[in-house]
Amino acid sequence: MSTATAQVRTLVVRTAGINCDAEACEAFKRAESSVDLVHLNALVADPAQLDASDILVIPGGFSYGDYVAAGRIFGRELTARLGDPLARFVARGGLVFGVCNGFQVLVELGLLEGPDADPTTRPFALTDNASARFECRWVTLEVADSACTWLEAGTSFPVPIAHAEGRFVVRDDAVLDELRAKRQIVLTYCPTPGADPRAPYNPNGSVADIAGICDPTGRVLGLMPHPERNLFPHQHPRWTRLGDREEGEGLAFFRSMVRAARDTR
Amino acid sequence: MADPRTASQGSTLTSSPLPSAWRIEVSRRPERDDPQGNEAREALVEAGLQATGVRLVRGLLLSPHLDRDEVEALAARFLVDPVLDSVEVIGPGEAPRERAGDHAVLVAPKPGVMDPVARTIQALFERNGVAPRQGALDVATFRVFEVQGSFEADRLLEAASRTLANPTIEDVRVDDEGLAFGLRLGRGVRGRVETSIRSLDDEGLMKLSTDGQLSLNLVEMREVRAHFAALGREPSSCELETIAQTWSEHCKHKTLCGVIEFDGEDGTERIDNLLKSTIAKATHELDKPWCLSVFVDNAGIVEFDQGQALAIKVETHNHPSAIDPYGGAGTGIGGVVRDILGAGLGAKPIANTDAFFVGPPDLPAADLPKGSMHPKRILRGVVAGVRDYGNRMGIPTIAGGVWFDEGYVANPLVYAGTVGLIPGSMAQKEVRPGDVIVSLGGRTGKDGIHGATFSSIELSEDSETSAASAVQIGDPITEKRVLDALLQARDLGLYRAVTDCGAGGYSSAVGEMGEETGAELDLSLVPLKYEGLSSDEIWISEAQERMVLAVPPDKVDALVLLCDGEDVEATILGHFTDTKRLVVKDGDEVCCDLAMSFLHDGTPRPVRQARWRTPPLEDPGAPAVGELGETLARLLRDPNTASKEWIIRQYDHEVQGASVVKPLVGEHSDGPQDGTVLRPLPDSPKGAVLGIGANPWQGALDPYAMALSSIDEALRNAVAVGADPERISILDNFSWGNCELPEELGALVLAAKACEDAALAFGTPFISGKDSLNNTYRVGDRSINIPRTLLITALGIVPDVARCVTMDLKSAGNALFLVGDTKPELGASRYLAARGLVGGTVPRPDLESAPKRLASMHNAIAQGTVRSVHDLSEGGLAVAAAEMAFAGAHGLDLDLAPIPCEAADGYDADATRLFSESTTRFLVEVEPNRIAEFERALGDAPRVRVGTVRGDQRFTVRSTAGHELADLSIADLKASFQGAFQG
Repeated sequence: MSTATAQVRTLVVRTAGINCDAEACEAFKRAESSVDLVHLNALVADPAQLDASDILVIPGGFSYGDYVAAGRIFGRELTARLGDPLARFVARGGLVFGVCNGFQVLVELGLLEGPDADPTTRPFALTDNASARFECRWVTLEVADSACTWLEAGTSFPVPIAHAEGRFVVRDDAVLDELRAKRQIVLTYCPTPGADPRAPYNPNGSVADIAGICDPTGRVLGLMPHPERNLFPHQHPRWTRLGDREEGEGLAFFRSMVRAARDTR
Repeated sequence: MADPRTASQGSTLTSSPLPSAWRIEVSRRPERDDPQGNEAREALVEAGLQATGVRLVRGLLLSPHLDRDEVEALAARFLVDPVLDSVEVIGPGEAPRERAGDHAVLVAPKPGVMDPVARTIQALFERNGVAPRQGALDVATFRVFEVQGSFEADRLLEAASRTLANPTIEDVRVDDEGLAFGLRLGRGVRGRVETSIRSLDDEGLMKLSTDGQLSLNLVEMREVRAHFAALGREPSSCELETIAQTWSEHCKHKTLCGVIEFDGEDGTERIDNLLKSTIAKATHELDKPWCLSVFVDNAGIVEFDQGQALAIKVETHNHPSAIDPYGGAGTGIGGVVRDILGAGLGAKPIANTDAFFVGPPDLPAADLPKGSMHPKRILRGVVAGVRDYGNRMGIPTIAGGVWFDEGYVANPLVYAGTVGLIPGSMAQKEVRPGDVIVSLGGRTGKDGIHGATFSSIELSEDSETSAASAVQIGDPITEKRVLDALLQARDLGLYRAVTDCGAGGYSSAVGEMGEETGAELDLSLVPLKYEGLSSDEIWISEAQERMVLAVPPDKVDALVLLCDGEDVEATILGHFTDTKRLVVKDGDEVCCDLAMSFLHDGTPRPVRQARWRTPPLEDPGAPAVGELGETLARLLRDPNTASKEWIIRQYDHEVQGASVVKPLVGEHSDGPQDGTVLRPLPDSPKGAVLGIGANPWQGALDPYAMALSSIDEALRNAVAVGADPERISILDNFSWGNCELPEELGALVLAAKACEDAALAFGTPFISGKDSLNNTYRVGDRSINIPRTLLITALGIVPDVARCVTMDLKSAGNALFLVGDTKPELGASRYLAARGLVGGTVPRPDLESAPKRLASMHNAIAQGTVRSVHDLSEGGLAVAAAEMAFAGAHGLDLDLAPIPCEAADGYDADATRLFSESTTRFLVEVEPNRIAEFERALGDAPRVRVGTVRGDQRFTVRSTAGHELADLSIADLKASFQGAFQG
């Protein structure tokens, strides 16, 4: 186990159809974490890699084609093949970050409901965008006051979305109340000043504009948009209209996460 | 066909036996949105059926050997979302409960059609302990549309077959719960099948070619007969297939590489190999040191930065897309991605491009030829195909275009391109005798039999049914696995050569790899999707997602182990030899034993006649504009110009995080950007630029000028965003009509000559290309040629992406300059097309000045003196200025008076300046205090100040005579631009 001063270790896990691993690795590297990219098969063969890590990342993509439902097969595979090491990792306070397809995987895994979740009674889901289409465009995220205390509530930043099934829905309003009560709503879509009125600021029709939620401890976070695609000044779609920027606004998000992993080790 | 009672189109109204299988039906709970059901409803309404509601049910058929508890557990665990879905499990032979709608449309893949979803679920079940019993655990998928509304069932069947399903690959049933279950396996003959050819006369030869779908002409068949006569034996069917695949137009470019007797306006000449004597010749003359691999491999490869190189290839995938737009376009992308994986020792795909040429979206149903799909449906299908394949592979689709013309109604064109990143040191490959032949990736099935030969024949009314087996269905996730495994194996040096299995399947892949050495393989080792294929089918199947490697014997174990970790199947099929023969066995029987020399060099070289005379058309000039606001609105609404946002947003153009200039730019990210840019290396400022040029309307008037101006367009797109014109390479993709016709071939000769001339003048080498000839369509007894179409793709390099410039206006008060010469060139312009006028002078870049102008423009951009720039293309100055204005959310004042332009009879001065499509022109925004610097940087390039950016939202135009021609709102202009067909 690493000491409090040692570099944070991030483990990015991939499998068939995961395709945002490169930008995820880049993000944690730029946030000064060490990064290991590992295939699920290799991780199952050597789960000690998970024990030695501070952050587990499930990147975006179309795991197993999303053929049955987005993220479901990867979720079931993780449960079946890596269940115990994963439970151990979460129990000792390791950070889990699922982005886009990774968020869908976390929902299917049940990790966002806290320990001992039963996948057949899950209270929320990610489903087809209200537009019924895959959409790739930039939106603005606002940080809510949540159990993810490492993020500064009230700040906002631009990120791209690229998904067909990112609409967050709940079984009933009581679920929403509970998510609020447990401070699980972490990031919401918010209006961008001067934005195109034709494009709704909430790109997929998510309830309560929810873009990302965490588990009640704030250690497991799922997010539909891609902050890892806004690390550099020139990734922004309007950078030729903006003044000089040192870096992309998404990088601070990863720095905060890495810092949180180090500080709470 | 699955069921004897299904109609020829695969649709049925009769009732069929209920499937002897478990049936799991999952649908959205009533309180949940069902967007896919809603889409289906809209599609039916568009087809003329007033459906008031549609609910989509996703269904699965499972082996009857399972028991109910197992099936219900599987459904609950894997198939049902507890928040979203409700589920029903129906026993084998049982009828489902009453449907929610008035009618039920059932759609299921035809038996034998590749179904990635079923395969994925089967694998999932098997991994989770649901063991196959009594053979394979069968899984099949289907969908049910529960439709509200009362219609005649046969009308619904007809509408559903056109909108909700593709009868080429799917069975469609209305109010009939029967579903086929269980694969009816073929009984393909394994081993050697002898065919008689030596005794055949000409008629017999052609019958053999036609019946066997060999697509060989008489001269070629005679050559084959002579070859076997000399050998003193008859060929096997496998040998004939191998010859047909290798000699197919698709694989061999017989026309471009043959002998042509050309009768042109400047006299006659004999051209020996058009490709080598024009396009490739220019590349070799230019001899750029940064070209690492040209015309010899699956893709062209050029140096980039930090020891890395860029590989690029653009493919045509026309015929499959005509009969199955979704599957055709998807496998088009899949195929070109494999070209990149098979370039050099394998490149990592970093970008996709797509270009579609389709019929007009508003084509009246009555004008649709029998057997053709409506252009809207084709376009939606090909867009969805590119989206689902490209997005799943994680490759950003960042450049493309759509061209609409009635000439493409029955024969749409689909181009797919891929750019890859590869270490420069890995640009070459080598096969050595003794290397093991290893197949990587997907299994082999009946999909895509005769794709290579099918792509070279004329489409007809019944292509849809006769060519069903030529359709391939792709599985991008299998290909992504192959990608992940292959690139690791490459970096570990586990193989010496790689190529993709494309047209012709193993026969082409192994035949090409072993051309210099020889190869021997055993078809009994090939992993199959299902039993029942003949030896020949295994050999030529175009089943997707397969790569072939040449592996040194001592690396085989390491390769197989690596692939195992990536869940990729790696299979040893044989080895490369030193016999210079292609030997194919199936077990102990030798099915094929041919000399490589005959296979690759034995093609008879046809002598074709080509002729060109410029069509005698009157010059319609440039009629006066009339109401400019109306004209401009009309041009912006022209689907060729109008926003393609509905397409672009469905593609993930951000994945991999390298897109720095996106296809849509501006204040609201909705302006049409010229060139797009990637920054593929996180620690290098260099960018890779993509630009595209095509103008099929020009080809009817002046194919030489068309090729020049298409090249100019691709280059100025790249230069406008910041590419260095010294470092651009280009690709050609000809899609042409019947080249047996001297006029068509004559036009092709001129276009190829133009490619040579432009390449030399601009110093821009062609590095790869692929053509598709014989794009004709038969209606009744008429054979119709598609418009002559040349797609040019430019791959450029930006020295520093921070210097990239986009097309949206930036700030009030900035000056607007027009760079370049405006001439009375409106031939094939959108302005004349909008007035229904044909003829005139096709724009033609001046090959003396154009290269210098691109250099000047680059200089001005590289020095940071330019705030925005847009190239002038379809619609000329007026459209370019309007687009810059609404993209930037700034009005502008445009003054035509300062623009020099020679006067010509019948050419209205204002119309010419506004709508001429003269090439090598840019509209440039410059800050007032940088004007002197800008003009210095331009050197002697012609430029003139034509206006100013406004602080408000008005778009004004002043005539050459000083009158106000228009005072328009940019919101209105944008509304026109966004008002056309949007999917």
